[in-house]
Amino acid sequence: MKLSPLLALIALLTLAFSLSVTIAPDASGWSSGKKAGNFLGLMFGDGRKLMASQFFTMADVYFHSGYYPSVFDKNSSEQKEIISASHGRKESEEDEKNEDFLGKPKDWIDAFGRNFKITRHTHLESGNEREILPWLRLAADLDPQKIETYTVGAFFLKDHLHRPDQAEAFLREGLRNNPDNAEILFELGRMYHETTHETDRARNVWELGIKKFLELSPDDQKENRLVFEETAVNLARLEDDAGNYDRAIYWFRQGQTVSLDPGSLDVQIDKIQKKISAKQP
Amino acid sequence: MNKIFAVAGVVIKELYRRKDFYVLFVLTALLTVGAGAVNFFNDEKIIRYVKDICLLLIWVSSLVIAIVTAARQIPAEREARTIFPLLAKPVSRGQIITGKFLGCWLATGIGLLVFYFFFAVIASSREHTWPLMTYVQAAWMQWCLLAVVIAMVLLGSIYFAAPSSTSTISFVVVGGIMLLGGHLKVLALQQAEPVQSLLIFIYYFMPHLEWYYLSDFVVYNMGAVPWLKIAAATLYAATWTGIFLLVAWFGFRRKNLTT
Repeated sequence: MKLSPLLALIALLTLAFSLSVTIAPDASGWSSGKKAGNFLGLMFGDGRKLMASQFFTMADVYFHSGYYPSVFDKNSSEQKEIISASHGRKESEEDEKNEDFLGKPKDWIDAFGRNFKITRHTHLESGNEREILPWLRLAADLDPQKIETYTVGAFFLKDHLHRPDQAEAFLREGLRNNPDNAEILFELGRMYHETTHETDRARNVWELGIKKFLELSPDDQKENRLVFEETAVNLARLEDDAGNYDRAIYWFRQGQTVSLDPGSLDVQIDKIQKKISAKQP
Repeated sequence: MNKIFAVAGVVIKELYRRKDFYVLFVLTALLTVGAGAVNFFNDEKIIRYVKDICLLLIWVSSLVIAIVTAARQIPAEREARTIFPLLAKPVSRGQIITGKFLGCWLATGIGLLVFYFFFAVIASSREHTWPLMTYVQAAWMQWCLLAVVIAMVLLGSIYFAAPSSTSTISFVVVGGIMLLGGHLKVLALQQAEPVQSLLIFIYYFMPHLEWYYLSDFVVYNMGAVPWLKIAAATLYAATWTGIFLLVAWFGFRRKNLTT
Protein backbone atom coordinates (compact mmCIF):
# COMPACT_ATOMS: atom_id res chain seq x y z
CA MET A 1 0.00 0.00 0.00
CA LYS A 2 1.32 3.38 -0.97
CA LEU A 3 0.77 6.20 1.53
CA SER A 4 0.77 9.76 0.30
CA PRO A 5 3.35 11.93 2.14
CA LEU A 6 0.72 14.66 2.48
CA LEU A 7 -1.69 12.24 4.12
CA ALA A 8 1.06 11.00 6.45
CA LEU A 9 1.83 14.60 7.46
CA ILE A 10 -1.84 15.35 8.14
CA ALA A 11 -2.15 12.11 10.17
CA LEU A 12 0.92 12.98 12.26
CA LEU A 13 -0.29 16.55 12.86
CA THR A 14 -3.70 15.21 13.95
CA LEU A 15 -2.00 12.74 16.29
CA ALA A 16 0.22 15.48 17.77
CA PHE A 17 -2.78 17.77 18.31
CA SER A 18 -4.87 14.97 19.91
CA LEU A 19 -2.01 14.00 22.23
CA SER A 20 -1.37 17.59 23.30
CA VAL A 21 -5.06 18.07 24.11
CA THR A 22 -5.12 14.81 26.09
CA ILE A 23 -1.86 15.35 27.99
CA ALA A 24 -2.00 19.14 28.59
CA PRO A 25 -4.19 19.11 31.74
CA ASP A 26 -1.97 16.53 33.43
CA ALA A 27 1.23 18.24 32.29
CA SER A 28 0.30 21.50 33.99
CA GLY A 29 -0.17 19.51 37.21
CA TRP A 30 3.33 18.00 36.90
CA SER A 31 5.01 21.38 36.73
CA SER A 32 3.10 23.01 39.59
CA GLY A 33 3.82 19.97 41.78
CA LYS A 34 7.52 20.72 41.48
CA LYS A 35 7.28 24.36 42.61
CA ALA A 36 8.23 25.45 39.13
CA GLY A 37 7.26 29.05 39.86
CA ASN A 38 10.88 29.99 40.19
CA PHE A 39 12.48 29.47 36.79
CA LEU A 40 16.02 29.75 38.13
CA GLY A 41 15.29 27.22 40.85
CA LEU A 42 14.05 24.81 38.23
CA MET A 43 17.12 25.39 36.08
CA PHE A 44 19.85 25.07 38.70
CA GLY A 45 18.35 23.02 41.56
CA ASP A 46 20.14 23.35 44.89
CA GLY A 47 23.31 24.53 43.14
CA ARG A 48 21.59 27.90 42.81
CA LYS A 49 22.45 28.67 46.45
CA LEU A 50 26.13 28.75 45.55
CA MET A 51 25.38 31.10 42.70
CA ALA A 52 23.23 33.25 44.98
CA SER A 53 26.16 33.62 47.32
CA GLN A 54 28.35 34.63 44.37
CA PHE A 55 25.80 37.21 43.21
CA PHE A 56 25.57 38.60 46.74
CA THR A 57 29.36 39.00 46.68
CA MET A 58 29.01 40.74 43.30
CA ALA A 59 26.76 43.31 44.99
CA ASP A 60 29.58 43.99 47.45
CA VAL A 61 32.11 44.19 44.59
CA TYR A 62 29.92 46.78 42.87
CA PHE A 63 29.50 48.66 46.15
CA HIS A 64 33.31 49.01 46.19
CA SER A 65 33.45 49.87 42.46
CA GLY A 66 35.64 46.88 41.72
CA TYR A 67 38.17 47.37 44.53
CA TYR A 68 37.75 43.93 46.00
CA PRO A 69 40.04 41.12 47.18
CA SER A 70 40.19 38.01 45.03
CA VAL A 71 40.43 34.51 46.50
CA PHE A 72 44.21 34.88 46.41
CA ASP A 73 44.31 38.05 48.53
CA LYS A 74 44.13 38.40 52.29
CA ASN A 75 40.77 39.66 53.66
CA SER A 76 38.98 37.66 50.95
CA SER A 77 36.72 35.99 53.53
CA GLU A 78 35.93 39.06 55.64
CA GLN A 79 32.36 40.10 56.33
CA LYS A 80 30.79 41.94 53.44
CA GLU A 81 30.64 45.68 53.89
CA ILE A 82 27.13 45.98 52.48
CA ILE A 83 26.00 43.85 55.46
CA SER A 84 27.83 45.97 58.04
CA ALA A 85 26.55 49.14 56.35
CA SER A 86 22.99 47.83 56.56
CA HIS A 87 23.51 47.32 60.32
CA GLY A 88 24.42 50.99 60.58
CA ARG A 89 28.14 50.40 61.15
CA LYS A 90 30.37 53.25 59.96
CA GLU A 91 33.91 52.52 58.82
CA SER A 92 36.76 53.67 61.05
CA GLU A 93 40.25 54.63 59.88
CA GLU A 94 41.48 51.32 61.29
CA ASP A 95 38.95 49.42 59.18
CA GLU A 96 40.07 51.31 56.08
CA LYS A 97 43.66 50.34 56.82
CA ASN A 98 42.71 46.69 57.28
CA GLU A 99 40.90 46.69 53.98
CA ASP A 100 44.04 47.64 52.05
CA PHE A 101 44.38 44.06 50.87
CA LEU A 102 46.89 44.97 48.16
CA GLY A 103 49.64 46.13 50.53
CA LYS A 104 52.91 47.34 49.09
CA PRO A 105 53.82 46.19 45.55
CA LYS A 106 55.73 42.92 45.62
CA ASP A 107 57.90 43.68 42.60
CA TRP A 108 57.95 45.84 39.45
CA ILE A 109 55.44 43.60 37.68
CA ASP A 110 52.96 44.02 40.53
CA ALA A 111 53.68 47.76 40.77
CA PHE A 112 53.21 48.32 37.03
CA GLY A 113 50.13 46.07 36.89
CA ARG A 114 48.41 48.24 39.51
CA ASN A 115 48.13 51.01 36.94
CA PHE A 116 45.57 48.84 35.18
CA LYS A 117 43.39 47.83 38.07
CA ILE A 118 41.29 49.71 40.56
CA THR A 119 43.37 50.48 43.63
CA ARG A 120 41.19 53.09 45.35
CA HIS A 121 38.85 52.09 48.16
CA THR A 122 35.56 53.87 47.47
CA HIS A 123 31.90 53.23 48.15
CA LEU A 124 29.01 53.94 45.83
CA GLU A 125 27.16 57.13 46.71
CA SER A 126 24.83 59.83 45.34
CA GLY A 127 22.24 57.34 44.15
CA ASN A 128 24.76 55.11 42.39
CA GLU A 129 24.03 52.50 45.06
CA ARG A 130 21.27 51.40 42.69
CA GLU A 131 23.92 49.50 40.73
CA ILE A 132 24.08 46.76 43.38
CA LEU A 133 20.35 46.03 43.09
CA PRO A 134 20.42 43.65 40.09
CA TRP A 135 22.80 41.33 41.94
CA LEU A 136 20.65 41.37 45.07
CA ARG A 137 17.56 40.67 42.96
CA LEU A 138 19.28 37.68 41.35
CA ALA A 139 20.58 36.47 44.73
CA ALA A 140 17.03 36.62 46.13
CA ASP A 141 15.64 34.71 43.15
CA LEU A 142 18.30 32.04 43.40
CA ASP A 143 18.19 31.59 47.17
CA PRO A 144 14.95 32.94 48.67
CA GLN A 145 16.09 31.76 52.12
CA LYS A 146 19.15 34.04 52.23
CA ILE A 147 17.95 36.67 54.71
CA GLU A 148 20.80 39.19 54.21
CA THR A 149 19.72 39.73 50.63
CA TYR A 150 16.39 41.19 51.73
CA THR A 151 17.72 43.22 54.65
CA VAL A 152 20.64 44.67 52.68
CA GLY A 153 18.46 45.37 49.62
CA ALA A 154 15.79 47.05 51.73
CA PHE A 155 18.40 49.12 53.57
CA PHE A 156 19.86 50.53 50.35
CA LEU A 157 16.43 51.08 48.78
CA LYS A 158 15.16 52.88 51.88
CA ASP A 159 18.15 54.79 53.25
CA HIS A 160 20.19 55.50 50.12
CA LEU A 161 17.71 55.54 47.25
CA HIS A 162 14.73 56.89 49.27
CA ARG A 163 12.29 54.35 47.91
CA PRO A 164 10.50 52.93 50.96
CA ASP A 165 7.72 51.43 48.83
CA GLN A 166 10.21 49.22 46.98
CA ALA A 167 12.00 48.43 50.24
CA GLU A 168 8.75 47.32 51.85
CA ALA A 169 7.84 45.19 48.84
CA PHE A 170 11.25 43.50 48.93
CA LEU A 171 11.00 42.84 52.68
CA ARG A 172 7.44 41.54 52.26
CA GLU A 173 8.74 39.18 49.58
CA GLY A 174 11.40 38.02 52.02
CA LEU A 175 8.76 37.51 54.67
CA ARG A 176 6.62 35.45 52.31
CA ASN A 177 9.61 33.21 51.65
CA ASN A 178 10.67 33.14 55.33
CA PRO A 179 7.48 33.68 57.35
CA ASP A 180 9.05 33.23 60.80
CA ASN A 181 12.12 35.35 60.37
CA ALA A 182 12.70 37.87 63.15
CA GLU A 183 15.42 39.76 61.26
CA ILE A 184 13.15 40.64 58.35
CA LEU A 185 10.41 41.62 60.79
CA PHE A 186 12.90 43.86 62.59
CA GLU A 187 13.89 45.61 59.35
CA LEU A 188 10.25 45.99 58.35
CA GLY A 189 9.45 47.53 61.74
CA ARG A 190 12.43 49.85 61.46
CA MET A 191 11.18 51.04 58.12
CA TYR A 192 7.70 51.77 59.51
CA HIS A 193 9.18 53.56 62.51
CA GLU A 194 11.97 55.59 60.90
CA THR A 195 10.80 56.18 57.35
CA THR A 196 7.04 56.12 57.13
CA HIS A 197 6.56 57.03 60.85
CA GLU A 198 3.80 54.46 61.39
CA THR A 199 4.35 53.80 65.09
CA ASP A 200 1.56 51.29 65.60
CA ARG A 201 2.57 49.18 62.63
CA ALA A 202 6.20 49.27 63.76
CA ARG A 203 5.20 48.16 67.28
CA ASN A 204 3.06 45.30 65.95
CA VAL A 205 5.76 44.07 63.59
CA TRP A 206 8.51 44.23 66.22
CA GLU A 207 6.36 42.46 68.80
CA LEU A 208 5.67 39.77 66.23
CA GLY A 209 9.44 39.55 65.65
CA ILE A 210 10.04 39.05 69.38
CA LYS A 211 7.34 36.37 69.42
CA LYS A 212 8.94 34.57 66.47
CA PHE A 213 12.35 34.80 68.14
CA LEU A 214 11.02 33.22 71.34
CA GLU A 215 9.64 30.33 69.29
CA LEU A 216 13.14 29.46 68.05
CA SER A 217 15.21 26.61 69.50
CA PRO A 218 17.81 27.66 72.15
CA ASP A 219 20.64 27.25 69.66
CA ASP A 220 18.91 29.42 67.07
CA GLN A 221 18.10 31.99 69.75
CA LYS A 222 21.77 32.17 70.66
CA GLU A 223 22.69 32.71 67.02
CA ASN A 224 20.07 35.47 66.56
CA ARG A 225 20.42 37.25 69.87
CA LEU A 226 21.65 40.44 68.18
CA VAL A 227 18.33 40.66 66.31
CA PHE A 228 16.47 40.18 69.59
CA GLU A 229 18.52 42.90 71.30
CA GLU A 230 18.06 45.34 68.41
CA THR A 231 14.31 44.67 68.30
CA ALA A 232 13.88 44.99 72.07
CA VAL A 233 15.92 48.21 72.27
CA ASN A 234 14.07 49.75 69.33
CA LEU A 235 10.75 48.77 70.88
CA ALA A 236 11.91 50.37 74.13
CA ARG A 237 12.76 53.63 72.33
CA LEU A 238 9.44 53.57 70.50
CA GLU A 239 7.55 53.16 73.81
CA ASP A 240 9.70 55.86 75.40
CA ASP A 241 8.78 58.29 72.59
CA ALA A 242 5.12 57.31 72.93
CA GLY A 243 5.23 58.04 76.67
CA ASN A 244 4.71 54.39 77.69
CA TYR A 245 7.61 54.43 80.15
CA ASP A 246 6.79 51.14 81.91
CA ARG A 247 6.78 49.29 78.59
CA ALA A 248 10.00 51.05 77.59
CA ILE A 249 11.74 49.86 80.77
CA TYR A 250 10.35 46.37 80.20
CA TRP A 251 11.84 46.19 76.70
CA PHE A 252 15.19 47.60 77.82
CA ARG A 253 15.32 44.90 80.49
CA GLN A 254 14.48 42.28 77.84
CA GLY A 255 17.32 43.61 75.74
CA GLN A 256 19.68 43.33 78.71
CA THR A 257 19.04 39.57 78.95
CA VAL A 258 20.91 38.98 75.69
CA SER A 259 23.13 42.07 75.44
CA LEU A 260 26.91 41.73 75.53
CA ASP A 261 27.03 45.11 77.28
CA PRO A 262 23.96 45.24 79.57
CA GLY A 263 25.43 48.20 81.52
CA SER A 264 24.92 50.55 78.60
CA LEU A 265 21.18 49.90 78.72
CA ASP A 266 21.10 50.74 82.48
CA VAL A 267 21.83 54.35 81.53
CA GLN A 268 18.74 54.37 79.28
CA ILE A 269 16.61 52.81 82.03
CA ASP A 270 17.84 55.42 84.55
CA LYS A 271 16.86 58.22 82.17
CA ILE A 272 13.33 56.85 81.83
CA GLN A 273 13.02 56.37 85.57
CA LYS A 274 13.97 60.02 86.05
CA LYS A 275 11.22 60.98 83.59
CA ILE A 276 8.73 58.89 85.58
CA SER A 277 9.72 60.52 88.90
CA ALA A 278 9.59 64.00 87.32
CA LYS A 279 6.03 63.30 86.16
CA GLN A 280 4.86 62.18 89.61
CA PRO A 281 3.59 65.06 91.82
CA MET B 1 55.85 45.28 2.86
CA ASN B 2 53.33 45.03 -0.01
CA LYS B 3 53.65 41.24 0.07
CA ILE B 4 52.87 41.19 3.79
CA PHE B 5 49.80 43.36 3.20
CA ALA B 6 48.70 41.11 0.33
CA VAL B 7 48.80 38.04 2.62
CA ALA B 8 47.05 40.03 5.37
CA GLY B 9 44.34 41.14 2.93
CA VAL B 10 43.46 37.52 2.16
CA VAL B 11 43.09 36.78 5.89
CA ILE B 12 40.79 39.78 6.38
CA LYS B 13 38.64 38.71 3.43
CA GLU B 14 38.46 35.22 4.89
CA LEU B 15 37.16 36.60 8.19
CA TYR B 16 34.30 38.53 6.67
CA ARG B 17 33.37 35.63 4.42
CA ARG B 18 33.15 33.27 7.38
CA LYS B 19 30.17 33.49 9.73
CA ASP B 20 32.09 33.43 13.07
CA PHE B 21 32.11 37.17 13.61
CA TYR B 22 28.46 37.71 12.63
CA VAL B 23 27.25 34.90 14.88
CA LEU B 24 29.26 36.16 17.87
CA PHE B 25 28.21 39.75 17.29
CA VAL B 26 24.52 38.88 17.03
CA LEU B 27 24.82 36.70 20.16
CA THR B 28 26.55 39.51 22.06
CA ALA B 29 23.96 42.05 20.92
CA LEU B 30 21.02 39.79 21.79
CA LEU B 31 22.33 38.91 25.25
CA THR B 32 23.20 42.54 26.02
CA VAL B 33 19.88 43.90 24.86
CA GLY B 34 18.11 41.07 26.70
CA ALA B 35 19.99 41.86 29.93
CA GLY B 36 19.29 45.56 29.49
CA ALA B 37 15.58 44.93 29.06
CA VAL B 38 15.23 43.38 32.54
CA ASN B 39 13.61 45.72 35.04
CA PHE B 40 15.08 45.75 38.55
CA PHE B 41 13.03 47.53 41.21
CA ASN B 42 11.52 49.84 38.56
CA ASP B 43 14.83 51.68 38.24
CA GLU B 44 15.71 52.51 34.66
CA LYS B 45 19.05 54.11 35.47
CA ILE B 46 20.76 50.85 36.44
CA ILE B 47 23.40 50.19 33.77
CA ARG B 48 26.64 48.81 35.18
CA TYR B 49 25.60 45.17 35.10
CA VAL B 50 24.67 45.58 31.41
CA LYS B 51 28.09 47.12 30.70
CA ASP B 52 29.74 44.31 32.63
CA ILE B 53 27.90 41.59 30.72
CA CYS B 54 28.47 43.30 27.36
CA LEU B 55 32.22 43.74 27.96
CA LEU B 56 32.57 40.15 29.13
CA LEU B 57 30.89 38.96 25.94
CA ILE B 58 33.11 41.25 23.86
CA TRP B 59 36.19 39.79 25.56
CA VAL B 60 35.09 36.20 25.04
CA SER B 61 33.97 36.81 21.45
CA SER B 62 37.14 38.63 20.39
CA LEU B 63 39.30 35.95 22.00
CA VAL B 64 37.36 33.23 20.20
CA ILE B 65 37.66 35.06 16.87
CA ALA B 66 41.40 35.74 17.36
CA ILE B 67 42.36 32.25 18.53
CA VAL B 68 40.20 30.29 16.08
CA THR B 69 41.22 32.46 13.12
CA ALA B 70 44.94 32.39 13.92
CA ALA B 71 45.02 28.68 14.77
CA ARG B 72 43.77 27.58 11.34
CA GLN B 73 45.87 29.89 9.13
CA ILE B 74 49.00 27.77 8.53
CA PRO B 75 47.40 24.30 8.96
CA ALA B 76 44.61 25.21 6.50
CA GLU B 77 47.15 26.34 3.90
CA ARG B 78 49.03 23.07 4.37
CA GLU B 79 45.97 20.88 4.29
CA ALA B 80 44.58 22.53 1.13
CA ARG B 81 48.11 22.48 -0.28
CA THR B 82 47.76 26.16 -1.20
CA ILE B 83 50.95 26.82 0.77
CA PHE B 84 52.99 25.56 -2.23
CA PRO B 85 51.67 27.99 -4.87
CA LEU B 86 51.97 30.70 -2.22
CA LEU B 87 55.61 29.88 -1.55
CA ALA B 88 56.27 29.58 -5.28
CA LYS B 89 55.60 33.32 -5.47
CA PRO B 90 58.38 35.72 -4.48
CA VAL B 91 57.32 35.70 -0.85
CA SER B 92 59.42 34.42 2.05
CA ARG B 93 58.23 32.26 4.94
CA GLY B 94 58.86 35.15 7.29
CA GLN B 95 56.59 37.38 5.20
CA ILE B 96 53.87 34.72 5.28
CA ILE B 97 54.03 34.53 9.09
CA THR B 98 54.03 38.33 9.39
CA GLY B 99 51.22 38.66 6.83
CA LYS B 100 49.11 36.04 8.56
CA PHE B 101 49.67 37.77 11.90
CA LEU B 102 48.85 41.20 10.50
CA GLY B 103 45.72 39.91 8.78
CA CYS B 104 44.42 38.25 11.94
CA TRP B 105 45.29 41.29 14.06
CA LEU B 106 43.65 43.80 11.71
CA ALA B 107 40.61 41.56 11.31
CA THR B 108 40.13 41.33 15.09
CA GLY B 109 40.71 45.08 15.25
CA ILE B 110 37.82 45.66 12.84
CA GLY B 111 35.72 43.29 14.92
CA LEU B 112 36.64 45.12 18.13
CA LEU B 113 35.69 48.43 16.56
CA VAL B 114 32.20 47.14 15.76
CA PHE B 115 31.83 45.57 19.21
CA TYR B 116 32.93 48.71 21.06
CA PHE B 117 30.74 50.95 18.91
CA PHE B 118 27.77 48.79 19.87
CA PHE B 119 28.86 48.91 23.52
CA ALA B 120 29.21 52.71 23.45
CA VAL B 121 25.72 53.09 21.96
CA ILE B 122 24.16 50.82 24.59
CA ALA B 123 26.05 52.42 27.51
CA SER B 124 25.45 56.02 26.46
CA SER B 125 21.76 55.38 25.83
CA ARG B 126 21.33 54.85 29.58
CA GLU B 127 24.19 56.85 31.11
CA HIS B 128 23.91 59.84 28.78
CA THR B 129 27.69 60.28 28.97
CA TRP B 130 30.40 59.50 26.46
CA PRO B 131 33.72 58.73 28.24
CA LEU B 132 35.51 58.30 24.93
CA MET B 133 39.04 58.19 26.37
CA THR B 134 38.21 55.27 28.65
CA TYR B 135 36.56 53.38 25.79
CA VAL B 136 39.51 54.03 23.45
CA GLN B 137 41.99 52.89 26.09
CA ALA B 138 39.99 49.74 26.89
CA ALA B 139 39.68 48.84 23.20
CA TRP B 140 43.34 49.63 22.47
CA MET B 141 44.61 47.56 25.39
CA GLN B 142 42.39 44.68 24.35
CA TRP B 143 43.74 44.93 20.82
CA CYS B 144 47.31 44.89 22.20
CA LEU B 145 46.48 41.74 24.15
CA LEU B 146 45.02 40.17 21.01
CA ALA B 147 48.29 40.89 19.18
CA VAL B 148 50.19 38.82 21.77
CA VAL B 149 47.55 36.09 21.69
CA ILE B 150 47.49 35.89 17.88
CA ALA B 151 51.29 35.69 17.72
CA MET B 152 51.26 33.00 20.42
CA VAL B 153 48.58 30.99 18.58
CA LEU B 154 50.47 31.27 15.28
CA LEU B 155 53.52 29.89 17.07
CA GLY B 156 51.40 27.07 18.47
CA SER B 157 49.96 26.29 15.04
CA ILE B 158 53.48 25.64 13.76
CA TYR B 159 54.24 23.05 16.42
CA PHE B 160 50.91 21.47 17.37
CA ALA B 161 49.28 18.82 15.24
CA ALA B 162 45.83 20.31 14.59
CA PRO B 163 44.04 23.68 14.86
CA SER B 164 41.71 22.21 17.49
CA SER B 165 44.56 21.33 19.85
CA THR B 166 46.22 24.71 19.23
CA SER B 167 42.95 26.52 20.02
CA THR B 168 42.27 24.50 23.19
CA ILE B 169 45.78 24.95 24.56
CA SER B 170 45.69 28.66 23.72
CA PHE B 171 42.37 29.14 25.54
CA VAL B 172 43.75 27.36 28.61
CA VAL B 173 46.98 29.39 28.58
CA VAL B 174 45.24 32.76 28.06
CA GLY B 175 42.57 31.93 30.66
CA GLY B 176 45.23 30.78 33.11
CA ILE B 177 47.30 33.95 32.69
CA MET B 178 44.24 36.22 33.02
CA LEU B 179 43.15 34.41 36.18
CA LEU B 180 46.44 33.68 37.90
CA GLY B 181 48.97 35.97 36.23
CA GLY B 182 48.97 38.66 38.90
CA HIS B 183 48.82 36.21 41.80
CA LEU B 184 51.36 33.64 40.67
CA LYS B 185 54.14 34.99 42.86
CA VAL B 186 51.95 34.94 45.96
CA LEU B 187 50.97 31.36 45.14
CA ALA B 188 54.60 30.46 44.46
CA LEU B 189 55.74 31.68 47.87
CA GLN B 190 53.31 29.27 49.51
CA GLN B 191 54.83 26.27 47.70
CA ALA B 192 57.83 24.13 48.58
CA GLU B 193 60.95 23.97 46.42
CA PRO B 194 61.44 23.27 43.50
CA VAL B 195 57.82 24.24 42.62
CA GLN B 196 58.38 27.66 44.19
CA SER B 197 61.34 28.52 41.97
CA LEU B 198 59.58 27.13 38.92
CA LEU B 199 56.48 29.26 39.53
CA ILE B 200 58.55 32.38 40.20
CA PHE B 201 60.45 31.76 36.97
CA ILE B 202 57.14 31.45 35.08
CA TYR B 203 55.87 34.61 36.78
CA TYR B 204 58.77 36.68 35.51
CA PHE B 205 58.99 35.04 32.08
CA MET B 206 55.39 35.04 30.93
CA PRO B 207 53.42 37.72 29.12
CA HIS B 208 51.31 39.49 31.75
CA LEU B 209 48.08 39.59 29.80
CA GLU B 210 46.05 40.51 32.89
CA TRP B 211 47.32 44.11 32.56
CA TYR B 212 45.29 44.56 29.42
CA TYR B 213 41.92 44.04 31.06
CA LEU B 214 40.60 47.59 31.53
CA SER B 215 36.92 46.65 31.66
CA ASP B 216 36.66 47.59 35.34
CA PHE B 217 37.61 51.17 34.52
CA VAL B 218 34.80 51.29 31.97
CA VAL B 219 32.16 49.52 34.09
CA TYR B 220 32.80 51.54 37.27
CA ASN B 221 33.45 54.87 35.47
CA MET B 222 36.92 55.16 36.99
CA GLY B 223 38.35 57.50 34.37
CA ALA B 224 41.35 56.97 32.14
CA VAL B 225 44.71 55.35 32.86
CA PRO B 226 47.78 57.64 32.35
CA TRP B 227 48.75 57.48 28.67
CA LEU B 228 52.40 56.92 29.53
CA LYS B 229 51.46 53.65 31.25
CA ILE B 230 49.38 52.66 28.23
CA ALA B 231 52.39 53.37 26.00
CA ALA B 232 54.63 51.23 28.22
CA ALA B 233 52.10 48.39 28.16
CA THR B 234 51.88 48.71 24.37
CA LEU B 235 55.66 48.39 24.12
CA TYR B 236 55.53 45.32 26.39
CA ALA B 237 52.86 43.74 24.16
CA ALA B 238 54.87 44.58 21.03
CA THR B 239 57.95 42.93 22.56
CA TRP B 240 56.08 39.71 23.35
CA THR B 241 54.42 39.73 19.94
CA GLY B 242 57.87 40.06 18.36
CA ILE B 243 59.24 37.20 20.48
CA PHE B 244 56.40 34.84 19.52
CA LEU B 245 56.54 35.76 15.83
CA LEU B 246 60.28 35.30 15.75
CA VAL B 247 60.07 31.84 17.35
CA ALA B 248 57.20 30.98 14.98
CA TRP B 249 59.34 32.05 12.04
CA PHE B 250 62.27 29.91 13.30
CA GLY B 251 59.94 26.91 13.42
CA PHE B 252 58.20 27.62 10.12
CA ARG B 253 61.51 28.23 8.30
CA ARG B 254 62.62 24.65 8.97
CA LYS B 255 59.20 23.05 8.81
CA ASN B 256 58.76 20.24 6.31
CA LEU B 257 55.47 21.18 4.65
CA THR B 258 54.93 17.97 2.73
CA THR B 259 54.15 15.76 5.76
